[in-house]
Amino acid sequence: MAISLKVNGATRSVDAEPDTPLLYVLRNDLELNGAKYGCAMTQCGACTVLVNGAARRSCVTPVGSIGDNEVTTLEGLGTLDKPHPLQKAFIDEQAAQCGYCASGMIMAAADLLNRNPQPQEADVRAALADNLCRCGTHNRIIRAVLRAAQQTGGL
Amino acid sequence: MNAPHLTRRDFIATFGGIVLSFTLVPKIVLGQDPARLPGSLQTNRTLDAWLRVNADGSVTVFTGKVELGQGIMTALAQIAAEELDVPLARVTMVAGDTGRTPNEGQTAGSQSIEQSGTALRLASAEVRAMLLDLAARKLGVAANMLKVTDGIINAPDGRKVGYGDLAAAANLKREATAKVPPKPAAQHTIVGKSVPRIDIPAKMTGGAAFVQDVRLPGMVHGRVVRPPRYGARLDSFDEARIKAMPGVIAVVRDGSFLGVVAQREEQAINARLVLMEFAKWSGGSELPDPAKMYEQLMSLRSEAKVIGDKNAPVPADAKVIEATYHRPYQAHAAIAPSCALAEFKDGKLTVWTHSQGVFPLRATISRALGLQPRDIRCIHAEGPGCYGHNGADDVAFDAAMLARAVNGRPVRLQWMRDDEFKWEPYGPAMTMKVKGAVAGGRVVDWVYDVWSQSHNMRPGDPDGINLLGSWYLADAKRPGPARHAAQPNGAGDRNAITLYDFPRQRTTHHLIMDNPVRTSALRTLGAYANVFAIESFMDELAAAAGIDPVAFRLAHIKDERERAVIEAVAKAAAWKPGEKGDGRRGRGIGYARYKTVATFNAVIAEVEVNRTTGIVRVPRIWASADAGQIINPDGLTNQIEGGIIQSMSWTLHEHVRFDRNGILSEDWMSYPILTMPDVPMVETVLIDRPNERSLGAGEAAQGPAAAAIANAFAAATGKRIRELPLTPERVKAALA
Repeated sequence: MAISLKVNGATRSVDAEPDTPLLYVLRNDLELNGAKYGCAMTQCGACTVLVNGAARRSCVTPVGSIGDNEVTTLEGLGTLDKPHPLQKAFIDEQAAQCGYCASGMIMAAADLLNRNPQPQEADVRAALADNLCRCGTHNRIIRAVLRAAQQTGGL
Repeated sequence: MNAPHLTRRDFIATFGGIVLSFTLVPKIVLGQDPARLPGSLQTNRTLDAWLRVNADGSVTVFTGKVELGQGIMTALAQIAAEELDVPLARVTMVAGDTGRTPNEGQTAGSQSIEQSGTALRLASAEVRAMLLDLAARKLGVAANMLKVTDGIINAPDGRKVGYGDLAAAANLKREATAKVPPKPAAQHTIVGKSVPRIDIPAKMTGGAAFVQDVRLPGMVHGRVVRPPRYGARLDSFDEARIKAMPGVIAVVRDGSFLGVVAQREEQAINARLVLMEFAKWSGGSELPDPAKMYEQLMSLRSEAKVIGDKNAPVPADAKVIEATYHRPYQAHAAIAPSCALAEFKDGKLTVWTHSQGVFPLRATISRALGLQPRDIRCIHAEGPGCYGHNGADDVAFDAAMLARAVNGRPVRLQWMRDDEFKWEPYGPAMTMKVKGAVAGGRVVDWVYDVWSQSHNMRPGDPDGINLLGSWYLADAKRPGPARHAAQPNGAGDRNAITLYDFPRQRTTHHLIMDNPVRTSALRTLGAYANVFAIESFMDELAAAAGIDPVAFRLAHIKDERERAVIEAVAKAAAWKPGEKGDGRRGRGIGYARYKTVATFNAVIAEVEVNRTTGIVRVPRIWASADAGQIINPDGLTNQIEGGIIQSMSWTLHEHVRFDRNGILSEDWMSYPILTMPDVPMVETVLIDRPNERSLGAGEAAQGPAAAAIANAFAAATGKRIRELPLTPERVKAALA
């Protein structure tokens, strides 16, 4: 059935069952790469997106439950030419090895900065505790989030 | 034609290294074999295998090595840009494509800089010289009067010609000579710099960066269903029920291989669940009893090989100690399960894969499916960091099976989380037994035995088909046999021979020939466990001798570079000779030269032990590394730090859970890893050696980090844990 939803500022219509996890709609119907498949069980955070500015695991969020709420993916935060402060900070800190977890990290960090524009290191660690990184890039990710917060003086 | 073939090394060995000027010349003159070329030029000999100069002045670099998150594409681009004198932005990398790139086997063992980097450095220097010659002729100026800046060749009188203008005239189809000397390190402007990684911006902004992001026209979605345990047979399943499900295009069964293809991804996932629910399986193999795992593994068929032997006599007053260490099965546990796409069209198969070796994968798929290699093309696309041989090759084969069933339609197959956890080939469980003796503050005896299953069951084996799905076909294929690997690389015996200067030393590798649990290459192979055991035991011997662990190590090392690395980490950590733990907090050191020939790495860890909960925390880690000439300092730091943190996760948390009926680790709850709140601060000191060969570094830190943590625990508590990981249960038992 046709479902309409707001993603990255635009209203999109997709033909999917309402119980389809948002992740597959974003990736396959809307061809967005940001949200990543990792576990489909909310354990890893790779699929994290923002719904009305708050972090949400898209792997278990039925697309039919979105309604009028605004979905933001990594692509909606910023672009190569106009990166969001978090994206810029992740690039400046070279906060990746494989980079597969990065999108989820950035979206979870955006949620944190929305709630707490000037976090301490411990706040960053706590906010990203449920986002897994397997390459051991954690320290760079923490530095990137703190750098973004510092440079914007809050978002 | 029977003239002896002397390599440079043989020549030195035979004649004492007096005259070296005609190295290899006799062989070339006789025309027997082509000259030996350095790095991967040896096996991919023409210049155009590596480089293409384009009409717009840009350069395309072809490499058989692939990006695994280690930053290798950037490092290789730096090397080519440096030697060619073109800006990095004008270099495009093409990697791992059986239709386009050199065959460099697997991207593994921290060898890419040494193999591909060497080839590219020499090929680039040669192509630059060729372009200079062409420019000299065109401009009527001697080549040595010309200067190159950013791919533009300038004559003294101000005339210029760009690389692009000469591209058509440059004949790169000829064999490399490797005779044009690359730049001396002092002239480097790109190599040795912390150049930002070329792949990172796309990954941070949602660009198509991974195999998961490849979308082909008309693409459909596949899923596979694995048996409940290793080796089980599929007796029946409910085909009619699946075919009636929405979107299902095909159900694929071949023997006990079972998969489904559907229009949409969620439809394939739902179909898989129903397939699983109604499939009936029988048989299958029993796993070892986890409670007696190490004894059972050591009782299996094994092949012993003595890999090191020195035989000075042991003094009568020597103090002898013995210890046994264990490392469990550990998973690669990539952050996402493996994924591949395949298309079967007009009898030809194309596979998009994050395999570490597209050529060996092609060869093995060819044998498994009875297709000619020329009818298969394997194209690398990045996956999540793999850390060795995980499910990447297997999912590629599975995707090929599904694609063949829906001829003409590309199939995207994303393994589910439990597919990866339960079916990937783990890093093998290992047992290390050490007996040593000290007298007069020195080690006077060292007997080391290591037992391990195979660490290399990758595709490409000549005597077997190392692809999971193929073992379940009606015409079932067999995996290759376990094999010993030659030192210094080794496998289960990687880093089993210690470089410490011991007068008496005997090292034996017991290769377990059976495979009760599926295993293959996990980052460092046996080095992680061997260095953990060797360096733990060094601390035990130091304690027996009553000597500080840092001083004790230095007393057994002559090599200056080895000493420098240990001294550097001791300085960075402000190590105090004879420092003691306080029952709760303590520090320890671990050291190794990876593979005994690659990067030198030393680690000091500080631990805090909660004696009530048994939880070990690691607030700080210091590291030092000498990787020879550094190509990209920030990239090297990233690899060393990442290796340390991953090793800390292995060392404190990780072991594959199973019972006799099957694997129980199927998700991140049943295979927990280190998380953000527990990650230590890491301080890394790099020792640059611009005039030394670059050395592989991606796997240098894991062994030393494990040993440093174990030694810190022992220093803190006075108790030693010899079985990994250092779980709260083990800690509480040790402290009870």
